[in-house]
Formats: sequence, structure tokens, C-alpha cells
Amino acid sequence: MIAVHFFASIREALGVEHINIDLPADVKTIEQLVTFLASKHGDSWAEVLGKGSVMVAVNHEMADRFASLQAGDEVAFFPPVTGG
Amino acid sequence: MKISIQQSDFSVALETQLLRDSNPNIGAIVTFSGLVRDLDNERQVESLILEHYPGMTESSLEKIIAEAQDRWSVLDVTVIHRIGELHAGEQIVFVAVASLHRGEAFSACEFIMDYLKTRAPFWKKCRDENGESWVEAKTTDEDASARW
Repeated sequence: MIAVHFFASIREALGVEHINIDLPADVKTIEQLVTFLASKHGDSWAEVLGKGSVMVAVNHEMADRFASLQAGDEVAFFPPVTGG
Repeated sequence: MKISIQQSDFSVALETQLLRDSNPNIGAIVTFSGLVRDLDNERQVESLILEHYPGMTESSLEKIIAEAQDRWSVLDVTVIHRIGELHAGEQIVFVAVASLHRGEAFSACEFIMDYLKTRAPFWKKCRDENGESWVEAKTTDEDASARW
């Protein structure tokens, strides 16, 4: 099981704040997770999460699309940050 | 070191005093306050709604401060960032850096703000007469951060 969180415009575009999913054996990276989520939830997810500007964090650390995943991880997708 | 993510306002005077009291070696304190502007791209801003990623926000700020401490001789740091709905004129963010001499405090304060702007997971939504829209990240902030 991994927890996936969505923030700001990503959350609004997908209409969901957070989901828990059982990681299929062939989903080992962020890239594969995006493909898996798109296959499960439809093309709109592929479009929203596939954008080059979307940032990803794994366990509260900034990560890239090649970052590896394992059970228990917390993943987050969000747009470029705009604090301060 | 103090990091606070809070809805409530803060007092620059009080926070500066707390830093002064924390260490008798302090010779310089540089503070930065960020405010909600009333105009954005010539639109009248009613308020900003600040959202963040609890947990990651704090750890990313800790990392930014640790990096500042690696680069400069810093005695103490305070970072306060407000969340929730903030109206034009209100304070959003406060960064204060204390050091022996001013040069280190000036540099570290600017560095922390530049990195906060591009690395800490906060997002702003702008509310104005046309409704609500997410604030887009600025390339000038990326450029400012890349200088370091």
C-alpha cells in the first residue's frame, strides 16, 4: 500500500485529495505509477499528471519521474510552488 | 531555530526580540516580511488563500535553513509562514537571520527566501472580482534561486 496525495490545482483538476493504492508488482517508479493511475482513472489523469511542470515528492523529498517506489511510501503530486 | 506554519498573524517586533534574547553573541539581525499586495497584474486582489503540504513544508524549511547554516556563519533563524485566507496588506511570511556581522545575515536571509519561494510546498490562490485562480510560479523566482 502507498498513499498518494494531490495538492492545489492538481487536486482540483482530479477532484480528489488523496488515495491509498496497493502497488502492483510491475509499478516500481513514479513514471509507472502515473501510467497505472491513468489506466485506472482515465485519460484526464494522464493529462494532469503527465504535464512536465508537475512536481513529485516521495516521503516528503522532492523526486523525479525515475524515483523508485516501495510499499509504505507517501507520494505527492503538485504544481510548481508559489509560497512566500 | 524556529519554524512555524500558522494561520495567525505574527509580530515582527516580538519575533526580533526573541532572536535578540536567544544569544548574547548576536551582532546583526536581518529580517524580511512578505505582505499581500493589493494589485496583481493590475487586478484588485481581495485575498490570497495559502495551502501547504503539512510535514513536507516543515522538513523542506529545515533543509533550507541547514543549507544556509552550511554556507554562512549563522547564529539563529526564524521562519514563519502563514496559511489560510489572507487579505491585502496582511503579512504572509517572515524570515529573520541572526549572525555575528551583517554580511552573513543579509546573504542568508535572501538565500532562505529565494529557496523558500522555489522549494517549500506552498501554493497561493488569488481571489479577486473575477473569482479565484491559482497563482502561477514565476521564472524570476527560479532565476533568483539559481543565483546561489
